[in-house]
Amino acid sequence: MSEHNPETTPISITPHLRRLVPPALPVDDRSRMRMVMDSLVLHIHPSKVPVRTMSWTYTWGLGGLSAMLVTILAMTGVFLEMNYTPSPAQAYQDILRLRMDTWFGDLLRNIHHWSANLLVITAVLHLLRVFFTGSHRAPRELNWLLGVGMLLLVLAANFTGYLLPWDQLAFWAITVGTSILSYLPILGPLLSRLLLGGPEVGAATLLNFYALHISFIPLGIIILMSYHFWRVRKDGGLSQPRTLKETTPARIERVTTIPHLVRRELVFALVWLAIIVFWAMYVPAPLEGIANPEVSPNPAKAPWYFLGIQELLLHFHPLVGAILIPAVSLGALALLPYYDVTPHNVGIYFRSRRGRYLALLAVILALLLTPTWVLADEFMLDWSAWLPTWPSLVSNGIVPLALVLLGLIGLDELVKRLFAASLEERILFLFLFLFTALIVLTLVGILFRGPGMALVWPGSIPAHGL
Amino acid sequence: MQAYQSIENKSISRRDMLKLSWGALAGLVAVEVGGLALSYMKPRLAAGEFGSIITAGIVDEFPPGSVTQIPNGRFYLTRLEDGGFLAIYQRCTHLGCSVPWEQTANSFICPCHSSSFSADGTLLNPPAPRALDIFPVSIEDGQIKVDTARPVSREGFEIAQVVHP
Repeated sequence: MSEHNPETTPISITPHLRRLVPPALPVDDRSRMRMVMDSLVLHIHPSKVPVRTMSWTYTWGLGGLSAMLVTILAMTGVFLEMNYTPSPAQAYQDILRLRMDTWFGDLLRNIHHWSANLLVITAVLHLLRVFFTGSHRAPRELNWLLGVGMLLLVLAANFTGYLLPWDQLAFWAITVGTSILSYLPILGPLLSRLLLGGPEVGAATLLNFYALHISFIPLGIIILMSYHFWRVRKDGGLSQPRTLKETTPARIERVTTIPHLVRRELVFALVWLAIIVFWAMYVPAPLEGIANPEVSPNPAKAPWYFLGIQELLLHFHPLVGAILIPAVSLGALALLPYYDVTPHNVGIYFRSRRGRYLALLAVILALLLTPTWVLADEFMLDWSAWLPTWPSLVSNGIVPLALVLLGLIGLDELVKRLFAASLEERILFLFLFLFTALIVLTLVGILFRGPGMALVWPGSIPAHGL
Repeated sequence: MQAYQSIENKSISRRDMLKLSWGALAGLVAVEVGGLALSYMKPRLAAGEFGSIITAGIVDEFPPGSVTQIPNGRFYLTRLEDGGFLAIYQRCTHLGCSVPWEQTANSFICPCHSSSFSADGTLLNPPAPRALDIFPVSIEDGQIKVDTARPVSREGFEIAQVVHP
């Protein structure tokens, strides 16, 4: 060190200013890998990724899109909080003021609403992608459970948020939704009273739902999401896609995350951001008249993602249609990696060539049988009239359920004998059949149910918000 | 020596006993904290009009065979042909929608899933599982008082439910 007289040497600012300027992007592979490891955000990724997992037609970017939507919802949500009071006297007026008097208030609300709806779709599609590629199997079982947990939290976030505008749509959708809960034996009425903060939807409900929507649920989602990402790395990254012809896994070729993966993610995120903002600019989030506890709208429908369950309610006793069937389905979904345990075929869509045919068959059969059953049950079947002496739980609940189960077992036997399908292929078949049936029921609930919940042609129904 | 050893084989060690006690106490704490959280979230006392005793009017206002809506009480006051009163909670026993009285159809018809009920709340058409709930009615000095604090669930109509002036 040369001698500096501290009294005469001027203090230089330049080295400090230089630290503010971001470093030039690294151009050689080693520094690129180093940059990933040194960055808080980027080190979610490994420093090198397998080329084939970046394939667009493998993951479709659904997990990443879901994560981005959660971020958008959090950011728009925080701003929306500034203009909202969760009280029946003020909530509706706040939404009106947001739309008319606040700069970009309408846009903000629309982005929030449409991102929330899109998130339900991407989360489900992501679940389907993971299942179809066998990526739910060992060692990723825990990650699957985390994912199912997050799906439930996303639905809960959607449901709690739905009440907040306090319009007719919100009030009655939540009344119907929470009434479904009270059919749960013993616990149901207690849980319902706890959630509602009273015997029916009111001021306490709005406050409870608001607290859940801005605190409990986002915290849960953030915690589960972090755990989910960590587990992806721990489980060895994304599963490797394979073609049908590959018998042994190919040698894994990797490239540096910067620039290959990061570039793709950036473009993907920007494109989707543009789509969402443009959509939000032109399509308004629905808002009906202010909530009126005296008057139920006709028809009164749950939010669209619950209309499948509401449709089930029209065909089964509530205990069966709203509690038993959803609970068992959810259990079966969550525990999939524990009975679909074949270690092979991970990375191949639909397991095998036969699997692909079976998948197609399942979808077609469900598309044909579900509307047939809905129509038959609506116009021909009348269990309570045929079995008047039996309690409605049995005649309208257990009996039709038993018939449906027999039908499913029959289908399974058919597939086993006609196609010599393996266990994993049969599971795939049944899963797709039931999932398509749910989609059909949801569509029936959205488009074909009109006043009095009668079956009508779509188009004759007054505009119903999503 | 032998007696000491046989006690060692049959009983629990001091360390394990202490661990067990700590665990049991921790379990007790967890139950208490859980109870605390649940009590915190218990419904706050119902405020204001609905949930208290509502005066529907005087006896002579309601002709026999009429069904009158009392909006702020969320119920319909039915006066049967024999002059007795029933206060019928308008909340549908299916999924909670408000069921309006349709004069032309002479029944309550729920807009949500088309459950229907007769003037005394008896179930006519599913998917509702039972008759409409009622509120306790009392008549004091010709005034009809309805207690909307706790709806009474019933399977069907019974004469005992009717209140005569």
